[in-house]
Amino acid sequence: MQEVKDARGLLCPEPLLIVKNEMDRLGAGTIKVLVDSAAARDNISRLATNQKWNIAITQDGEEFLLQLTK
Amino acid sequence: MQQKWTIITAGAITGLLAILLVKYGNPANMGFCIACFLRDISGGLGLQKVPTVQYIRPEIIGLVLGAFGAAIVTKEFKSLGGSSALTRFVLGFIAMIGMLVFLGCPLRAILRLAGGDLNALLGIAGLIAGVGLGIPFLRKGFSLGRAMPQNKSNGYVFIGLVITVFILLMAKPAYIIFSAEGPGSMRAPLALALIAGVIVGALAQRSRLCLAGGIRDFILFRDFYLLYGFVAILVVSLIGNLFMGTFNLGFVNQPIAHSDGLWNFLGMALAGLCAVLLGGCPLRQLISASEGNTDSAVTVIGLIAGAAFAHNFGLAASPKGVPAAGQTAVLIGFAVIFVVAFFVCKANLSVRGVKADAGSKGRERASLS
Repeated sequence: MQEVKDARGLLCPEPLLIVKNEMDRLGAGTIKVLVDSAAARDNISRLATNQKWNIAITQDGEEFLLQLTK
Repeated sequence: MQQKWTIITAGAITGLLAILLVKYGNPANMGFCIACFLRDISGGLGLQKVPTVQYIRPEIIGLVLGAFGAAIVTKEFKSLGGSSALTRFVLGFIAMIGMLVFLGCPLRAILRLAGGDLNALLGIAGLIAGVGLGIPFLRKGFSLGRAMPQNKSNGYVFIGLVITVFILLMAKPAYIIFSAEGPGSMRAPLALALIAGVIVGALAQRSRLCLAGGIRDFILFRDFYLLYGFVAILVVSLIGNLFMGTFNLGFVNQPIAHSDGLWNFLGMALAGLCAVLLGGCPLRQLISASEGNTDSAVTVIGLIAGAAFAHNFGLAASPKGVPAAGQTAVLIGFAVIFVVAFFVCKANLSVRGVKADAGSKGRERASLS
């Protein structure tokens, strides 16, 4: 079961730190993270691009599921 | 790439409007200053009685309404709250004391530098040091917790308060005080200040412009994004000052500034430390409050309360320098923040994961709307 990191309700930089920690821990693979603000969605997308991870975004109501792969 | 241009545009227009506001009446190097303007509002409402710093700054009202409008249009307005509101109040309060020892928020620090005020360099160095000081706490798990969705009406309370203050500005009842001298008496025409605020508010909402965040993201992730906004403000307002003939390079006799380097550094370091723990500089707190975040709204009220306190108890600096009480207050501020940060780190729960299957997506959440 792929774990989804829950970053809902957190203000930046916390969602970014969660994702960055996962990136550093995994090196490569898949990271799923759930956020509920456009700011967190955009910031994580930017982090993914900067760190050369691919990102796919699925919107579910007011929440966004971000899937990062490398 | 497109994002990058959004923030460069936001920064450039903010820099340009800051120059324009000074040309039409705002104090020098104070086209925009969230700390100074909230301080003036605290005086305008009679919360502090220093006769030179009292005015209800329309720029702040505009910022809030602009950001609110942009958030409504983009459907990003959301009532949130419940993440350590009182701790945020205290952090806002202490951040303001630091900023009033420096005499400006991070935004004004850039505008001061763009006007040639080299004292701002020490302030910016302090800001960087303060953010750097806060980052280890973030890495060790400092978190003010999750904001939860709240009843929709909560998000509108802040907007309602700001509109109330706007009505007071327009109606000017006898108990509202506007300075007759000093910085509080220097003001751009109301309509210009309001419109400039609306524009910057909307742009800051779209671009997430945040000055403490820029330094933070660079240190943490080597991400320049927010710093582009920082640089755009600096470049445009520097060119503007050169063009207007208001560029005056040096340390002495700078407008609404003092040359006590140590306290310029420490004041801003305290503000930077608070900002990184809060998740954003005062500008970002205002914008976030306008997007419905009630915790940020409490932070803004903390900033205003801190300003009133600083002036009532003689902590704020003036061009003559930093009073001893202000120096003591900054040191106490650092001590309080370290204690708070230490205990928050110690008490924090680790981030919980949720399972990926679609049916059981996450914890129970209050879903009032």
